Amino acid sequence: MASTDTPRGLARAFVPGRPVLVAYVMAGYPDREGSLAALEALARGGAGVIELGVPYADPVADGPVIAEAGKVALANGFGLAESIALAAEFLAAHADAPPVALMTYLNPMMRLGFERVAALAAGAGVSGFIIPDLPPDSPFADRWLAASESLGLDTVFLAAPTSTPQRLAALGARSRGFVYVVSSLGVTGERAEVAADLAALVARVREHTQLPIAVGFGVGTPEQAAAVARIADGVVVGSAIVRRQTDAEALEVFVCELVSAVKSSA
Amino acid sequence: MSEALLPSADEAYSSPDAQGFFGPYGGTFVPETVMPVLSELDAAYREALTDPAFAEELRVLLADYVGRPSPLYRADRLAEATGLGAVYLKREDLNHTGAHKINNTLGQCLLAKRMGKGRVIAETGAGQHGVATATTAALMGLECAVFMGTEDIRRQSLNVYKMRLLGAQVVPVAEGSGTLADAVTAALRHWVERVEDTFYVIGSVVGPHPYPAMVRDFQAIIGEETIAQIATKAIPRVDAIVACVGGGSNAAGMFYPFLRVVPAEKRPLLVGAEAAGLGLDTDKHGAALTKGSPGVLHGFYSYLLQDESGNPLEAYSISAGLDYPGVGPEHSFLKDEGLVRYEAVTDQEAVDAFALLTRTEGIIPAIESSHALALLPRLAAELGPDAVVIVNVSGRGDKDMDIVREAGLGVD
Ligand SMILES: Cc1ncc(COP(=O)(O)O)c(C=O)c1O
Repeated sequence: MASTDTPRGLARAFVPGRPVLVAYVMAGYPDREGSLAALEALARGGAGVIELGVPYADPVADGPVIAEAGKVALANGFGLAESIALAAEFLAAHADAPPVALMTYLNPMMRLGFERVAALAAGAGVSGFIIPDLPPDSPFADRWLAASESLGLDTVFLAAPTSTPQRLAALGARSRGFVYVVSSLGVTGERAEVAADLAALVARVREHTQLPIAVGFGVGTPEQAAAVARIADGVVVGSAIVRRQTDAEALEVFVCELVSAVKSSA
Repeated sequence: MSEALLPSADEAYSSPDAQGFFGPYGGTFVPETVMPVLSELDAAYREALTDPAFAEELRVLLADYVGRPSPLYRADRLAEATGLGAVYLKREDLNHTGAHKINNTLGQCLLAKRMGKGRVIAETGAGQHGVATATTAALMGLECAVFMGTEDIRRQSLNVYKMRLLGAQVVPVAEGSGTLADAVTAALRHWVERVEDTFYVIGSVVGPHPYPAMVRDFQAIIGEETIAQIATKAIPRVDAIVACVGGGSNAAGMFYPFLRVVPAEKRPLLVGAEAAGLGLDTDKHGAALTKGSPGVLHGFYSYLLQDESGNPLEAYSISAGLDYPGVGPEHSFLKDEGLVRYEAVTDQEAVDAFALLTRTEGIIPAIESSHALALLPRLAAELGPDAVVIVNVSGRGDKDMDIVREAGLGVD
C-alpha cells in the first residue's frame, strides 16, 4: 500500500471516527469556468475528497442528472484530457485543496493510453481514479495499475450489494485510498430512502479490507448523508450536487449543510 | 445446439478463453453490480451445455416451433443475374418470426427459466430480436420488456405493434440517436437495477462475456446445418460464404462451424458485409471493422466507431439492424487473424440487391440480409463465373416495406 503513504494519496482525507463528504462534480459543466467555480465551492464548503466526473457519451452507471450534465460538458468539448487539465489548474491554485479523484469510464482512458493518462494525472496533482466499468480482476486493470501505481496514483474499485465474498476480497486487495460501496442496485441518482440493509453491506465489505469505506449512489440530502456517515468513513454525493452546479454560491451553501450533517453524525 | 458444439480438445479454432477473450478482444467491462450475475450466467450456461435434456428441449423447439432445418436453396436466376456459377441461399428468412434471431432467443429464454428468472428484457434495432424475444416469452410464459430507440420505433412500427400484441412492453429510448446502441445502453442500465429477477436476452454476439460466445453457439446451428446440407446435396465445391454483420450473430452462426471443423485449406472464403451507409468517406455508416479502432463499449473490447476522446459515435445505416457503432469481439479477432474478410456495402447497393433478389427469385429479403446479397457481383468479379457462393439470408423483408418504398423502389 505504498502509494497511500504519498502526500497526494486519497487516504490522507480519512481519519478514523471523522467521516468526510466525498463530493462529485462534472468537469466542463455548465462550462469550464462554471466547473472551476464548483470545484472551489466544494473546497470552501469543506468536502473531504473531490470526485471530478469526466463526461462520456455512454455513461452506463449514471442516472439522468449526471448523464445530462455530461452531455452539456461533451458539447463544450470536454473529455478526459480537458478534465485533467481542469484539475491541474484547480490544484495549482489551491495548495490546500482536498485530494481529487477522477471518475471516468474506461474507454476514454484506453483511447488516450494508460501510460499517458497516468503521466498527465500525476503531473496535474490528481490523487486517484474511480473507473466504474473496470473490474479489478481484468487484464486491463493489471495494465492500468502497472502504469499508475508507480506514479503514486490510487485506484478505487467499487463494491456492490451483489458482490460475492470472493469478489469483495479481490477488489479490497486491489483498491488504494478507499473502497467505494454502491449502496443500491441501479445507476447514480437521488433516492427517497437510503437502502435498509446498507449497514450490513458495509459490514460485509469491511470484512475484506482495512481501507476506509465510502458509500455512494442515492445519497442526496443532509439527513441521508448523516445516516450514511454513521456507518461509513465517506459519504458520496453526486446528482444532488451536480443539480446545483450551475450556481456556485447555492452549491457552497448546500455543501456546507452536507458537511455539517456528516460531521454531526460522528 | 448440437453435440458437435461441445468443447473438444483437438479443435483448431477454440475461442474465447475462460475470461471471454478472443485474442485481445471481448472480456467483461461492466459495473460491479452485474459482474457476479455474469459469472452466474456463465456457470449456468456451461452447465446447460452438458445437460442432454437442455439440448433436447432446444432441439425440439428449433425443429417444431421454428421449422428447422432452414432450407439451403439453389437460386439459379440470381446466380445468372450476378454472373456466378451457383448461388445458394440459407433461408433463415423462413424461420418462425422471420429471422435468425429466434435461434438465440429460444436458447437464452430456456436458460432464463433454468436460472429461475421469470422476467426477460431485450434491446432491439430492427425489431426482429424484440419480436423473437417477445414471441419466446409468450411461448414460455415469461414477462418481457423490450428497449427500442425512438427512431427505430418510427422505422419499424409494424414490429412494435407485433411485440405489443405478443404481450411485451416496448420501452421507448429517446437518448442519443434513438437507435440500437442507445437501446443496448438503456437495457444494460435497467438490468443493473433488476439483476435479481431479470434475465437480459442480448440479441447479438456483443456485450460482456459470456454473451458473445453464448449467442454464437446458439446461432451455430446455421453453419452446422449448412455443412450437412452441402454434403446431402453433394455440392462439390463452395468458394465463398457471405453474411451481413451488425453485431455479427448471423455471420458468427454461419462462420463458426466452418472455422471449427473445416480445415483452412478446404475452407471457403468467409466474407462479412458491414453497413457503409451513405459511404465510407462520410460519417454516416456503421462499418466498425473497416473504419473503427479498438475500444470498449457495452461491456466488451472490440473495433468501435469512436471520436478522439473515446466517445462512441452514432452509427448510421438504412438498416436498423446494422447501425451499431461496435461489432462482436470475435469478428475483430477474425479480422485481425485474417480468417474472415469484411467489406462494407452502401445503402444504395443494399437496396439494389434487395430489388434483385425480389425480382429474380420472388424472395423478399430483410434490408440487413440485402447487404450480404450485394457482395455477389463483387465476388463474381473476383472469383470468376464458375464460383459457387452461399449467402446467409438472415431474415425476410416484410418489416422493410416502408423503408424500401422511401428509398425509391416505387412500383407505380
Ligand atoms: C434480419 C436481420 N439480419 C441481421 C441483423 C443483424 O444482426 P446480426 O449481425 O447480429 O446478425 C438483424 C438485426 O436486427 C436482422 O434483423
